[in-house]
Amino acid sequence: MDLDFLWTTFVRLIGGVPLTLQLAFSSIVLGLALAVLLAVMMRSWFTPLAWAADGFVFVFRGTPLLVQVFLIYYGLGQFRPVLDDMGIWWFFRSPYYCALLALTLNTAAYGAEIVRGGLQSVPHGQIEAARAFGMSGFTLYRRIVAPIALRQALPAYGNEIILMIKATSLCSTITLMEVTGLAHRIISETFRSFEVFFVAGAIYLAINFAMSRLIGLAEARIAPDLDQASRPAEVH
Amino acid sequence: MPPKSFLELMQWGPQGWLDEMTFATGLTLAVAICGFLFGLAFGTLAAAAKLSRSTILRRAADAYTTVFRGVPDLLVIYLFYFGGSAVVTAIGAALGYSGFIGLPGFLVGTLAIGIVSGAYQTEVIRGAYLAVPQGEVDAARAFGMSGFRLLRRIIGPQVLRYGLPGMGNIWQLVLKESALVAVVGLTLIFYEVRIGDLVLIYETRFSDLLRQAHVAAGSTRQPFVFYITAVAFYLVLTTASTWAFRQAETWATRGMRRA
Repeated sequence: MDLDFLWTTFVRLIGGVPLTLQLAFSSIVLGLALAVLLAVMMRSWFTPLAWAADGFVFVFRGTPLLVQVFLIYYGLGQFRPVLDDMGIWWFFRSPYYCALLALTLNTAAYGAEIVRGGLQSVPHGQIEAARAFGMSGFTLYRRIVAPIALRQALPAYGNEIILMIKATSLCSTITLMEVTGLAHRIISETFRSFEVFFVAGAIYLAINFAMSRLIGLAEARIAPDLDQASRPAEVH
Repeated sequence: MPPKSFLELMQWGPQGWLDEMTFATGLTLAVAICGFLFGLAFGTLAAAAKLSRSTILRRAADAYTTVFRGVPDLLVIYLFYFGGSAVVTAIGAALGYSGFIGLPGFLVGTLAIGIVSGAYQTEVIRGAYLAVPQGEVDAARAFGMSGFRLLRRIIGPQVLRYGLPGMGNIWQLVLKESALVAVVGLTLIFYEVRIGDLVLIYETRFSDLLRQAHVAAGSTRQPFVFYITAVAFYLVLTTASTWAFRQAETWATRGMRRA
């Protein structure tokens, strides 16, 4: 093995890590907010609202993320004059914002299902008990529903975070130079795909390993009393 | 010339793109099915390795599932596409052929998808195998069954039953992952034409759904129309798959007591 080449490749690829993490974290945070909104909409008594949320989730979970990225980045270019008039063309012209939008909408759709599952898992007796204590509305959500739902949803959400870190690699197809984009460039320059894959793969594995450790710590912190074996199985 | 309307663009035949898009959907389905079947082969081998007594085999299977579930699929496709060609070119050079040899994109794409989905399938197969009650295996052995017959009559059908829901999830994953082959492109058929001493090599390029949409978008300058059509075609595929797997589950669990 050519250690010099591995080292220079490593140094170059590390330069893409900030962009990878930035795309992943921004989309996860924005996507989570949207996911909570969607989950609440799904449970709404106002049917059109529930339908809209269901339709959104259906479309974004039923199609590949790459198609969503292309639809937003290339597809919306068709409406450039309109978008220009509305003054939002600067947003859709930028591959960074388009990638961020696609990632956010995609993770929101998957997240909505996870949050919905978490909300559904709250035992009805707990809510009744809280009401008997006189809690209602926001207090009920903050003290009873949210903590229980969060505990239930965190393992599945941890999976989603790892999937999102991997999904940022698709942004390289619309010219963003994150880790996979840089790896592709180095492979095209040198044709040494095995070494480059080895280094890039190790970087992703390290990020994902650190992430899953952090998620594990968070789980232990918010649900110290939950038995490991009683958790829902991993879902991909 | 005014831009064509949606219905004009989506005609069947040389005037429109509907036939191309439909054919490309078929190819996407073919890529997904082949990738899934490769994955089934890799997954079965890796699950057997994980369940074996040999420490080396178990470690190797663990490494396989950890790496290919932790690394982006696109990176794996690049590895296979460029790495595979490099290997074949090196073999060609050893045999006295100089020059770069490209590998057919279809093979590379399905192998890459197969390797990745195999890592996910490993866990499903392993879980389904472990769910088969030990008592039934013991009973079958008491009846004198062993080896292949035990596998075919007792273990196989139950692994299929327990593994089906997990396999349904992975199939959906594979279907969506197959869009990534659009990045490297598919080449299905090479053929040679000899005219005297002149040898011409033609390749026929076929496109999967996403690449076809990309090509049509470029040539008509109406990208939104074609990407949204691709979205619709993908929704048809995933919805039909959901239905098919639900039917299969009903079939596989017939005669089982329900809670």
